[in-house]
Amino acid sequence: MTTTSQKSPSVVEVSVSGAPRRGMASRLLSRLGSGALQTVLVLVALFWMVPVIGLLLVSLRSEADNTNSGWWTVLLKPAELTLDNYRGLVDNDVLVRSFLNTVYISVPSTLLVVGIGALAAYALVWMDFPGRDWIMVGVVGLLVLPIQAALIPISQLYGALGIFGSILGAILFHVAFGLPFAVFLLRNFFVNIPRDLLEAARMDGAGEWRIFRRVVLPVARPALASLAVFQFLWVWNDMLVALVFTSPDSAPLTVALRSQLRQFGTNIDVLASGAFLSMLVPLLVFFAFQRSFVQGVFAGSGK
Amino acid sequence: MTAPRETPAWRRLFGPATLFLLPALLFLGVFLAYPALYSVVRSLFDASGSQFVGLGNYTRMFTDDRTLVAIRNTGIWVLVAPALVTGLGLVFAVLTERVRWATAFRVLLFMPMAISLFASGIIFRLVYDENPDRGVVNAAVVTVHDVFASPSEYPGARPRGDELAEDTALGGFTTTRAYTVGETAALPLVGIRPGEMPEQAAPAAVPDAAEGTIEGVVWLDIALGGEAGTVDDGENGMPRMTIEALRDGQVAATTTSGDDGRFTLTGLGAGEYEIHLTADNFTEPFRGLTWLGPTLVTPVIISSWVWIMTGFAITFIAAGLAAIPRDALEAARVDGATEWQVFRKITIPLLGPLLLVVFVTLMINVLKIFDLVFVIAPGSVQADASVVALRMWQVSFGAGGNQGLGSALVVLLLVLVLPIMYFNIRRFRRERS
Repeated sequence: MTTTSQKSPSVVEVSVSGAPRRGMASRLLSRLGSGALQTVLVLVALFWMVPVIGLLLVSLRSEADNTNSGWWTVLLKPAELTLDNYRGLVDNDVLVRSFLNTVYISVPSTLLVVGIGALAAYALVWMDFPGRDWIMVGVVGLLVLPIQAALIPISQLYGALGIFGSILGAILFHVAFGLPFAVFLLRNFFVNIPRDLLEAARMDGAGEWRIFRRVVLPVARPALASLAVFQFLWVWNDMLVALVFTSPDSAPLTVALRSQLRQFGTNIDVLASGAFLSMLVPLLVFFAFQRSFVQGVFAGSGK
Repeated sequence: MTAPRETPAWRRLFGPATLFLLPALLFLGVFLAYPALYSVVRSLFDASGSQFVGLGNYTRMFTDDRTLVAIRNTGIWVLVAPALVTGLGLVFAVLTERVRWATAFRVLLFMPMAISLFASGIIFRLVYDENPDRGVVNAAVVTVHDVFASPSEYPGARPRGDELAEDTALGGFTTTRAYTVGETAALPLVGIRPGEMPEQAAPAAVPDAAEGTIEGVVWLDIALGGEAGTVDDGENGMPRMTIEALRDGQVAATTTSGDDGRFTLTGLGAGEYEIHLTADNFTEPFRGLTWLGPTLVTPVIISSWVWIMTGFAITFIAAGLAAIPRDALEAARVDGATEWQVFRKITIPLLGPLLLVVFVTLMINVLKIFDLVFVIAPGSVQADASVVALRMWQVSFGAGGNQGLGSALVVLLLVLVLPIMYFNIRRFRRERS
């Protein structure tokens, strides 16, 4: 890949006095070692990619070809590659609707989490009121609450409210479980905004809402982006919440594809292409906003 | 805030702070705090929720076989998976520290975190597919196996007529009668498609009797219109078949058939011999391991989780490594410490707290594992692979419909999460002060 080519070791080694002496042999060994190390790392990276490449190639072959021979044989006969499975997806009304449902669920819940989380974090950092610290401790505690804890009570609540099986129900649930992380991440960012910035605005007579909109939100853009990317992928990738709270009409892609799992072998054409389609958006987001995403993930575990 | 005038009580209560916080508090209260408390209460009632059963659901939880399996599997996950990933993360973080394309490597390994556990599940269900023509792991296993033990030529072949019969003692097939030296043997087999025959197979030849040997032929007796038990036109011999002459169950001679299926058993003393086609001619080809069967399914799912999480651990630990002051390391090196000593005595202690954070984060993740098991374990082994988080869903929303028992499982999850909650809160308070 990159820099494995600097093999030829320089013959003469002058040891600088004071620095630890290293013989020529050990020098040679470390050069060789670095070559071996790089080779190992390249192999590991390839090894890590094989499963994804496998899925991609399976999704690009017909079901019959996949039954008769492994996906790796396609490297020798590329003529087998076809987009038929993807055409099948586009023609499949259920899957198209579930793809749209995925969008309808993840976009609003991302926007709501960012908005509500930013408001709350602002109050927790810049406003003074009794119980503020306890609320923050509560948020940190709720950070690790398993989703399972809310499934039964909320399904009863939704039943009573008549929103069980609706997209709205899924959105509200995702917003709630996204909030502890949102508040936590944004609070950690807000505390580092210099106080002078806010005081200056306050001197100019700006109210809290105005300071929030005009001062804090623009400054906090990187944190908001991290949060948005993280939350979006989280909801996009969800299956459990959707499994419980959506109906066939409102189900996202993961749940719609899940029904094909029973006959894994014969449904491999739909499953592989569907799974790859569901990965496409996260992969685009990941590579486009890689830095934001990684920061978001890290903030989640507290830094 | 500095309020010049006395603010009225209602403004203090419904001031901007309250308005800013209210939406978040409502969500957290309704969807997180109340359900957690409600689950504790609900776990004390029966399936329908009308009958108080005390700790009945908890007794059931620890006596019901399927739930016990789920609890045991969660135990395995917690003990194995986070430690494994933290270790791998540390190893690769250190290995990539001085490699120029380290960032590319880390991004690549981080990528699985972006995709859904559902998609990862599909990916690994495919990777571990039992069919070596689909699952890449079994394809590799079979290839390696066949290098060391070459596959047999005639799996599934069986005798035609009653010349040969299955040998229950030795395996393979043995003639039903004995042959004396000088006799000829015609041994017809079927069960192989002509296309599956070795390429060098030639038309079968009828053997001629010879002094001092037993001559014979093994052939595929399948020509249309041909007569059973006789060599007809268009029928091929079966090459490279291992054939033995047996006397009282002892091997007296061994030979291999030629391209036309002919064989000669030589060096036999006078007497009667049975002819034995050895078992290794007919062994079924090795098809790999049942990765998704009851025994291996949990390790297999753990391996897919390792694939997903290792990049996270690497990147996290690498950030910690980069933050270690260079001076400390250099000072130790100048003092003559080896790289290993520097690693053991300086790097690890300095990284300790960070490694703990990584470990705890992975632990929370493990306790919530649901989608991976759900997708990778085929329906028939789902019960063997189940974990508490999955069992909770099955019990409450699957066929069971027992939300009392489901709530008890939630309480179990809460109890497992509680120490981590405490750890996080303590760390948060310490960092703030």
